[in-house]
Amino acid sequence: MENTNGTPALQMKGITKTFPGVRALSDVGFEVRRGEVHALLGENGAGKSTLMKILAGAQPMDSGEILIDGKPVHITSPQKAMELGISIIYQEFNLVPYLNAAENIYLGREPKAAIPGFVDFSTMYSEAQKVIDNLGVKLNVRTPVNRLSVAQQQMVEIGKATSRNATIIAMDEPSATLTDHELESLFALIHSLKEKGVSIIYISHRLEEIFQIADRVTVLRDGHYVGTKDVSELDKDEMIRMMVGRELKEKIPKQTCEIGDTALEVRSLNRKGVLEDINLKVRKGEVLGIAGLVGAGRTELARAIFGADPIDSGEIILDGKAVNIRSPRDAIRLGIGLVTEDRKSLGLILGMVVRENISLANLDALTKLGFVNHREERRAALQFIEDLMIKTPSCEQQVQNLSGGNQQKVVLAKWLFTQSKVLIFDEPTRGIDVGSKVEIYQLMNRLAANGAAIIMISSELPEVLGMSDRIVVMHEGRITGELSREEATQEKIMWLATGGE
Amino acid sequence: MGRHRRALRQVSQYGIIVFLLLLCAYFAYATGGKFASPTNIANVSRQIAINMILAVGLTFVIISGGIDLSVGSVLALAGVISMSILRDGLSIDTTVFGRHFEATLIPVLPILIGLPFSAVTASLVGGGLGAFSGFVITRFRVAPFVATLGMMTIARGLSFVYTDGQPISPLPTAVRTFGAGEHAVGPFAVPNLVIVALLIVVLGHILITRTNFGRYVYAIGGNEEAARLSGISVSSVKLRIYALCGALAGLSGMLLSTRLASGDPKSGAMFELNAIAAVVLGGTSLAGGSGTVLGTLIGALVIGVLDNGLILLNVSAFYQMVAKGFVILGAVILDQVTRGSE
Repeated sequence: MENTNGTPALQMKGITKTFPGVRALSDVGFEVRRGEVHALLGENGAGKSTLMKILAGAQPMDSGEILIDGKPVHITSPQKAMELGISIIYQEFNLVPYLNAAENIYLGREPKAAIPGFVDFSTMYSEAQKVIDNLGVKLNVRTPVNRLSVAQQQMVEIGKATSRNATIIAMDEPSATLTDHELESLFALIHSLKEKGVSIIYISHRLEEIFQIADRVTVLRDGHYVGTKDVSELDKDEMIRMMVGRELKEKIPKQTCEIGDTALEVRSLNRKGVLEDINLKVRKGEVLGIAGLVGAGRTELARAIFGADPIDSGEIILDGKAVNIRSPRDAIRLGIGLVTEDRKSLGLILGMVVRENISLANLDALTKLGFVNHREERRAALQFIEDLMIKTPSCEQQVQNLSGGNQQKVVLAKWLFTQSKVLIFDEPTRGIDVGSKVEIYQLMNRLAANGAAIIMISSELPEVLGMSDRIVVMHEGRITGELSREEATQEKIMWLATGGE
Repeated sequence: MGRHRRALRQVSQYGIIVFLLLLCAYFAYATGGKFASPTNIANVSRQIAINMILAVGLTFVIISGGIDLSVGSVLALAGVISMSILRDGLSIDTTVFGRHFEATLIPVLPILIGLPFSAVTASLVGGGLGAFSGFVITRFRVAPFVATLGMMTIARGLSFVYTDGQPISPLPTAVRTFGAGEHAVGPFAVPNLVIVALLIVVLGHILITRTNFGRYVYAIGGNEEAARLSGISVSSVKLRIYALCGALAGLSGMLLSTRLASGDPKSGAMFELNAIAAVVLGGTSLAGGSGTVLGTLIGALVIGVLDNGLILLNVSAFYQMVAKGFVILGAVILDQVTRGSE
């Protein structure tokens, strides 16, 4: 990378970060010039967030070097990062809802009045108003933040950053919740910041935006640096190729089963601001993959089908009959199961033992006159422990003491026990070791062979391509396309996942 | 480190029993045997019985991750209603829109039927109030602390309204004969209230360990959203939990009134705190998800013994409160320390 603008504003060299069992970043380099908009691209889990967290001082790196204006720095805490002129604007804003814009901008460094302990409010309001006016934004800084629109809140965040004289501002998916008009104002603001010599790191899944706003792009993949290119010399296809161009490493043991009648059909399902006109079918013995980027609405779709969230309109048809699902309880009675994405907070009761977790969704079947048949419950739990090869000292072990893969198997056992006819897997192998992954794939094969219909949401393209009989791709709450197993490729999925045409 | 924690954990589980025994031994010695005298033991155990019944109900609530501050007031309201029915029966004598209504709904019942009837009435009154709290909590998503704080005031107010602020007394002598009386169990003369309390403990223990309802109580306290996604009807289970707690508070109200031979609208003030303390001392986590009814039994014994022993030692009532407060803090801190690494 040649330096055309003198010393880069930011250089990150050889950054490596390992989490237990996962190498999140290995030897990643990244540099941003002064006054540049630099897009950081990559699939889910490519390492973008981790890299930004290291830059923000929110997480320590294992090894590597960070230079600002050519000088090595040690970013040991978020405070230190701010002192160095680094501001990160996360998707979830860091604003106190009941304080007004000015109070948020100066939170923790309020102008002091003559009497110790008191705040000089008039200075604070006039300074804050200046900051906001300088951004070219119309906003009264005395308005409590919870009464501002999302776009305005974002402006307050940016105002917070500029008032600290930030020279490097990273924005994580800043456009995700903005309307087109608001996005235009954001871009105008980015341009004016750029002219003032501020460097912007722009993270987005929307490739079109990157062509509009960014000067250069750096792509990460699986925690590795792939390359940095000028946007002008790239097109969308090539960007996608850089993001996905990997070998299918793991052998996925897919068995194609005989596909039967439609088990579940969703007709024009809507949930305002989340899901838009969703239509899909899944047949008995079929694995339907749902691909898409984070925030595409896949988990929301699963929750809507399962009755965990209310829907505004739409129909769910099970075995040819329209059904009314108003709670997870209804869904479970109708034979639908949901293996949630976040097993620790949604799938399991960590303080309960393996036996109790396995029986939880089907306890009524073990209960006579209110009394749980403990012997029967134990027998069933032991059977599943053996069947799924769950590694646990006994069925009386608390699940919080099991490994991730074994916890996931406990969740699966819970749904197997309910004998669900339609099973929705949301990121079934996330954070799980390779061995358990293969076992989970084999289990899916077995379920499909027994006539279950499987919906598998996954962000891992090899998994989606390897396990699905059919793939539906979502983008911003809508289905943007459907691919058969034969025609699906990583590139085609990524194209649809970033919005298609 | 892990091993130390585990050791500490075991001590804190059984430690409370050890603590109870040491406490009894100390008071027996320090009071010159007065503490261990049969009259005192009978007296103490009657006091403990009321708190224990309240605490069993609260154990369910607290394991589910909630709290019920209204039990003391519910106790008073159920107490006065059940005593007035026992004494006067239930009749309507009122004028609405210029028309006079007069009817006897429930006559004064003979005592052998009247006592169980008033116990059932008290439980129903308490259960109804508890169900109302549960409804407010589940339907309007009001925090249990606030919802039951409201009920605490409502029930107290109603008990004054119902009685015009005057205690319901005198009551038939047979009432006191039951409340202060004893029943021979083998060679021991066990106070009637203690028999009822132990029965409640056993039933509570069975309910929470052996039934699906009990399992759901733990599941909701452990992770409410995971419980919902496992098909548990969280609202209906919670409603039943608060109804159960209210019903037991109502029953304690009836029992306390029989012991004092008076239905007092002022009774039960601060009882909720003693009951919560018993539950927490018994090892139930205020964060929800874990705890046992048998632990609560021990916790209630500790509180009762402590109160009684300090009185016998002529410790001033003011210092008694201080001492009790420190014991509760100590137990909770011990619980926090042992839980620390999880």
